[in-house]
Amino acid sequence: MKSGRTIHCLLRMSWMEGKLFLREPVGAFFTLMFPLMMLFIFGTIYGNQSSPESGGQGAIDNLIPAFTAMIIGITGLMSTTITMATYRENGVLRRLRTTPVSPLVVMIAQIVVVFTMTSLGMLLLVIAGKLVYHVQFEGNALSMLGGFILCSLSFFGIGFLLAGTMPTARTAQIIAMVLMYPMLILSGAAWPRELMPATIQKVSAFVPLTYVVNLLRGLWIGQPWGNHLLDIGVLAGMLVLGIIISVKIFRWE
Amino acid sequence: MDPIVQVEGLRKVYGATVAVDEVSFEVKEGEIFGMVGPNGAGKTTTIECLEGLRSPDQGTIRILGLDPQRDGKILRERTGMQLQQSNLPDRIKVWEALDLYASFYSKATDWKELLIRLGLDEKRNTPFSKLSGGQKQRLFIALALLPDPQLVFLDELTTGLDPQARHAIWDLVRDVRAKGKTVLLTTHFMEEAERLCDRVAILNQGRIVALDTPAALINGLEAEERVIFTMDEGLSPDLEKALARAGRLEFQGERVTVHGKDARKVSLVSEVVSLLAGQGIPFRDLRTEQPNLEDVFLCLTGRKMRE
Repeated sequence: MKSGRTIHCLLRMSWMEGKLFLREPVGAFFTLMFPLMMLFIFGTIYGNQSSPESGGQGAIDNLIPAFTAMIIGITGLMSTTITMATYRENGVLRRLRTTPVSPLVVMIAQIVVVFTMTSLGMLLLVIAGKLVYHVQFEGNALSMLGGFILCSLSFFGIGFLLAGTMPTARTAQIIAMVLMYPMLILSGAAWPRELMPATIQKVSAFVPLTYVVNLLRGLWIGQPWGNHLLDIGVLAGMLVLGIIISVKIFRWE
Repeated sequence: MDPIVQVEGLRKVYGATVAVDEVSFEVKEGEIFGMVGPNGAGKTTTIECLEGLRSPDQGTIRILGLDPQRDGKILRERTGMQLQQSNLPDRIKVWEALDLYASFYSKATDWKELLIRLGLDEKRNTPFSKLSGGQKQRLFIALALLPDPQLVFLDELTTGLDPQARHAIWDLVRDVRAKGKTVLLTTHFMEEAERLCDRVAILNQGRIVALDTPAALINGLEAEERVIFTMDEGLSPDLEKALARAGRLEFQGERVTVHGKDARKVSLVSEVVSLLAGQGIPFRDLRTEQPNLEDVFLCLTGRKMRE
């Protein structure tokens, strides 16, 4: 296939997969609606009054980057895993294999869709935060975007890894669920890590999503990338490993 | 002209099981070639080696003069495949699937025309999971025809379909041949092979046990034809003698069966009918049973197809 055709295929497949993503009510709900719901619940409880303890930040100011991390965790673990594992198990990939389309196109289309949906989820959060709670954004928009891209891509690798290694779609889904809930809680994505006991905070260091929360929260309040070398290192490592392993273990059936 | 498919000494082993052994055949341009045999005979393994989905342990395969392992990419542009176990995403609509798959090929045929030709136009907005078995198979045929292929592989196309849907699919496959394409299919329905295929390879336990046109296979069997009819009055001794000259007689109450070969100038059925009519004997419910591929399989392997 020539490169022009490959791009054309990729766009068509991404467009189709995007439509299919939105037709799957559970996935669409968790990516787009659930974080928004959480925002309104927390917003109603705490409001967005700035408090001196959190350095002039209101509760919602802190929640936007944390909930963005939550979306990344959910889509990376759930959407990619379930879609890829189901496609393999049902023979959707088998059917694709009889066409000239390359496995890379199939994987990249998946990443494009999940990334777009994650971005959309974040955008909804930011808009709602701005309109309803007048959140403050003190960071640099480009730097925030860069961090968001790094975090998202490094997390999608986990999804491909699970989808590629688990024997059935059902096991992949269960493992993804089992990993997701503690991860959301321990990483500080669902509520601030500062509110948890010190011992539990230590466990957080082993949870990949923690680094996403750290980096995004830092960038949101305008800290330079230099303050987050550990987070960036861990995430970049995950990204590289994710790409290598995902491509290596890709199976049509 | 070079054959479209050339297979020479194909062998595929899974662990201790020899799935396909010493399979050789050729498929000519424009024919419907069928591989028929019971489950586990090696049909699907063979067709998947030909499609490039499995690599053979021994033997050579040439599809359109190319090697499916080495030139898979080119072949996937020029052949269409319908697989035994494959699927589309549940929520994809019929037209979307065709539109998407059309974008994979550099010279895709117009999918809107295929939609009409395969009778799927009314279902264009139906999600894949809501289609009936026959409609799904028609969609898979449409997908296989998208690259405007020279050769179409159809693996167990009508398994699980009701007879009506099966006949409709046969017409579609004949229509594909009429468009000048070559079809290679597998089936475990002997009737399907007999009625649809120009030539048939009968597989049993990984080997080809016979390969010819269905008519030649059946004639070669020299099996008996049967003429069966019902008489209310009973046979006169004269008539019984005359019928016995035409073939072996068998009585079941009022039903009479004449077993005979069709080798004479007059066919068995016209001989029986003229004997009965000549003596003015009333008879009813007359039917004939020809030997079929099922009998051929039974004769070659000593076992029934469905056991």
